[in-house]
Amino acid sequence: MACARSTEKAWTEKLDAYVDGELPTDDARALDEHMRACSSCAAEGLRKVQQKRAVAATGLRFTPDPAFRARIQKSIAAPRPMPWKRLWLPVLATATVTTLLIAGALFLNLQGDRRSEGQLVSELIDQHVATLASANPVDVVSTDRHTVKPWFAGKIPFTFNLPELQDSPFVLVGGRVSYLGQAPGAELIFRVRQHQISVFIFQERGTSNVRDTEAVRTALSFEVRSWRHNGLRYFVIGDASAQDLDKLSELIRAAG
Amino acid sequence: MPLFDRLYNFAHWLTQDRQEAEDLVQETYVKALKGFSSFRPGTNFRAWIYQILRNTFFTSRTGLKAAATVPLDLEGDKGNLPAVNDTPESILLQRSDRQLVQEALGRLPVPYREVLLLCEFEEMSYQEISATLAIPMGTVMSRLSRARRALRDAIQESQGK
Repeated sequence: MACARSTEKAWTEKLDAYVDGELPTDDARALDEHMRACSSCAAEGLRKVQQKRAVAATGLRFTPDPAFRARIQKSIAAPRPMPWKRLWLPVLATATVTTLLIAGALFLNLQGDRRSEGQLVSELIDQHVATLASANPVDVVSTDRHTVKPWFAGKIPFTFNLPELQDSPFVLVGGRVSYLGQAPGAELIFRVRQHQISVFIFQERGTSNVRDTEAVRTALSFEVRSWRHNGLRYFVIGDASAQDLDKLSELIRAAG
Repeated sequence: MPLFDRLYNFAHWLTQDRQEAEDLVQETYVKALKGFSSFRPGTNFRAWIYQILRNTFFTSRTGLKAAATVPLDLEGDKGNLPAVNDTPESILLQRSDRQLVQEALGRLPVPYREVLLLCEFEEMSYQEISATLAIPMGTVMSRLSRARRALRDAIQESQGK
């Protein structure tokens, strides 16, 4: 076990620190060198490493009883009895935190609604633009409202009335089935001079995020009008003038 | 709870008894919570709490008894290391010797047992062990060396049976 060369006895004494990684770098390097030549030190080193591993492997032998763990946890977590005078503080704190949480949740909810309303409109604008860009913008090509309206029967789960356009600058181009939030609806295309205007009609429950009041707005330079009537939500979207959109909206509302 | 499982394991190794180990851990936590102000931030938390545990242990009945049975030559220099002629076969500790190692470790005097557990199992540095046991670094090294030899002897003794 001891190093064969008595002059180097010091090496064996360093083996413990060596296997523990506590020997200074220079010493460790020198011992490495020595062990290459000294088989007894090498064997002793190996043996120490093995024994170290054996203890490390068997060291975890006892695990605490779950009941004991629970008991300690409880004893540590047990709050100190509080004088009555100080009780209002945690109550107040709890109330404040609760209020803040509710306010925060409401705010986020509101933000969410606003955002989804904005998303709804921009989705419809996208559809409007896609329709204009399409080679077949409409599925039913007709200027006759008595052709267009029946075409939708069976394709969408509701019906609607189309205005009489004879004395107006608007021309009905046709219609197509549109979707919003997985619900089918009608998209009607009108033309006024060189502008095309899409009128979307959906059932209201899919668009409940939109504010109840009439919406007049401009989004991405498109004019948007929106209202609800008879459980239906109407959107009028186009790049025509605001007056044109107002006029068309008026006609549709009068017919509905 | 920090270190709970490990503290319990260590306590059980020291006391060799479940009930006593539970009492020891509980008292350690109580003392640690009460004396938390005495813990200096930046110093070693693990060494601090292990120190509380073993101080508590050594003032217990089992601990006092264990301390009383410590061999007198614990830190004494026995001079030359005993020469043992090992064959390669006897050098290797087989995996199946786990039980053997555990029993041998359990039979060691507490100071040897604890220094081995702190070094091999808890993987504490010499410095941490020095802080935990409140002994100088040099003593850590010599005790560790003796503890390892004692464990080896104990294992060989069992193997020889």
